[in-house]
Amino acid sequence: MVNNLSYRQQKTILIILFLLVPLTLLGLFSLYPAVYLIYLSFMSWDGFSPDKTWAGIANYKDVFANKEIWNAFSHNFVYLGWGLLQNAMGLMFALILNSRLRGRNVYRVVLFMPYIMNGVAVAYMFNYVFNSEYGSLNTLLHAVGLDSLAISWFGSPKVVNHALGFITLWKFMGLNMVIYLAALQSVPSEIIEAARMDGATRFQSVRHVILPNMMRVIELNLFLTIIGTLEIFDLPFLLTKGGPLGASDTFLTKTVEMAFKFNNFGVASAMSLTLIAFVIVILSVQRWVTRRWGD
Amino acid sequence: MNATRFRPIGLFKHVLLLLAVAAIVFPPYILVMNAFKSKIEFSQTSVFKLPASFLNFDNFVSVMQRAHLERAYLNTLTIIVIAVIGNVLLGTMVAFILGRFEFALKKTVFGAYIAVSFVPTITTQVATFTVIHNLHLYNTIWASIVLHFGTSVLQIFIYLQFIRNIPKELDEAAMMEGASLFRIFRTIIFPLLAPATATIAIIKTIDIYNDMFIPYLYMPSRSLTVVSTSLMNFSSERSTEWEMMSAAILMIMVPIVALYLFFQKYVFAGIVTGAVK
Repeated sequence: MVNNLSYRQQKTILIILFLLVPLTLLGLFSLYPAVYLIYLSFMSWDGFSPDKTWAGIANYKDVFANKEIWNAFSHNFVYLGWGLLQNAMGLMFALILNSRLRGRNVYRVVLFMPYIMNGVAVAYMFNYVFNSEYGSLNTLLHAVGLDSLAISWFGSPKVVNHALGFITLWKFMGLNMVIYLAALQSVPSEIIEAARMDGATRFQSVRHVILPNMMRVIELNLFLTIIGTLEIFDLPFLLTKGGPLGASDTFLTKTVEMAFKFNNFGVASAMSLTLIAFVIVILSVQRWVTRRWGD
Repeated sequence: MNATRFRPIGLFKHVLLLLAVAAIVFPPYILVMNAFKSKIEFSQTSVFKLPASFLNFDNFVSVMQRAHLERAYLNTLTIIVIAVIGNVLLGTMVAFILGRFEFALKKTVFGAYIAVSFVPTITTQVATFTVIHNLHLYNTIWASIVLHFGTSVLQIFIYLQFIRNIPKELDEAAMMEGASLFRIFRTIIFPLLAPATATIAIIKTIDIYNDMFIPYLYMPSRSLTVVSTSLMNFSSERSTEWEMMSAAILMIMVPIVALYLFFQKYVFAGIVTGAVK
């Protein structure tokens, strides 16, 4: 029966049929929540009762006046520092692995492995690395005589975010590396050879030929890193519960706490939208900077 | 001159790489050393010391029973199988429509998928939570399934790249023989997308297996624990029993690492296509 329809009719029917379910799901679980989030951010609601009351911009005022939230947000920048180091290391190892090297595929597979590991398992695994008394790191430090370095990694407010930041570097460096490596392999080898022929040193050809050809990928990796650092949630949530005394809280642990512990969905929505606004601003600035630098 | 400079640089590269490998292997190595130790053995030996026997599976058996891991594996597998089928069907369908036809709202559809990919999913959970609640999916395994079921911009991109490489002449030849468009999709396009499907299935499997936030938020019931949440529950009860926790962590970690080592080609293909799009 289908064969009796013209291809024009078939095309219309197929477009509707094939897009119906995917677009319904997209609307229901992605678009609608995004719009509903905006609505909720202007309401006062506990998440359960049937009535919501209009709050106007009071929720946003609450967010911006709350010192705890911004203190928590400042911790995200510690992760950003580790994220930038992670990018630099990813690029370095990509450059190293882009040469003819014995065992390069084995290295690539191992360095990327942490990225695919279960995040909860990784978090608890590092609990036993960083534990102050019995952790393997402090045991190692004592064994080599560096007793003064064997501190309480999760117990010290100054160190805790760096310890957690290191875990993110451990987990995500391989992702940056693999993306950089793919980009390096797509730089045409002719231009690199041409540069060599003109007498460029190894360093010069990286600096003036390879890196300018990779601006888009560097931008992408920084994008992933920045989004990742703004979204840090699972490590402090699983390992420190934001402690000691809120020293390892992040913007999202505060948001989730606001919604699901204090049942203040209005303020939590305002926090989420503030974070999304930050993502957009930072990405625009980053785009502007990399464009200028790239020219 | 190159030949004389090559050796020290090559050695230096290997030293740097081996340092990185050591840093990556160190934490899992400690787990392996201690997961096979008995309680007494663990308290009396250094964490670096080899266990008396690698055949002492008591901890693993005990974790399996106490954490109900068989249930967690089964729940996780159920979500993965249904959601991956959804991703593959919906992903190929959307990519087929976007890759083969011109129509009025084409740019809008594509744009919608791109737009939502810029909104970090975890930030919208406050609102998604009420949607799940109103659909009466809260505290059912379907909460996780429906949230993972729909396709994403990444999957559409991967499929589109493959569809563009399938010559349109194939479609036209089939049309000459009177095949319907649906038949062309089912018997020509879908099978030729198999390599992309493999990549997407592997990437999505890893994604769902490692997901902690959705099951934690939407499926708190004990009978609905998945691998991530079962480990969280186990840890909250027994975090002081290190030899037990070591075994538990390994049992959550190893299946996906094995899958990765086995299908690394597809994993890298997915990461790279997604990135260099």
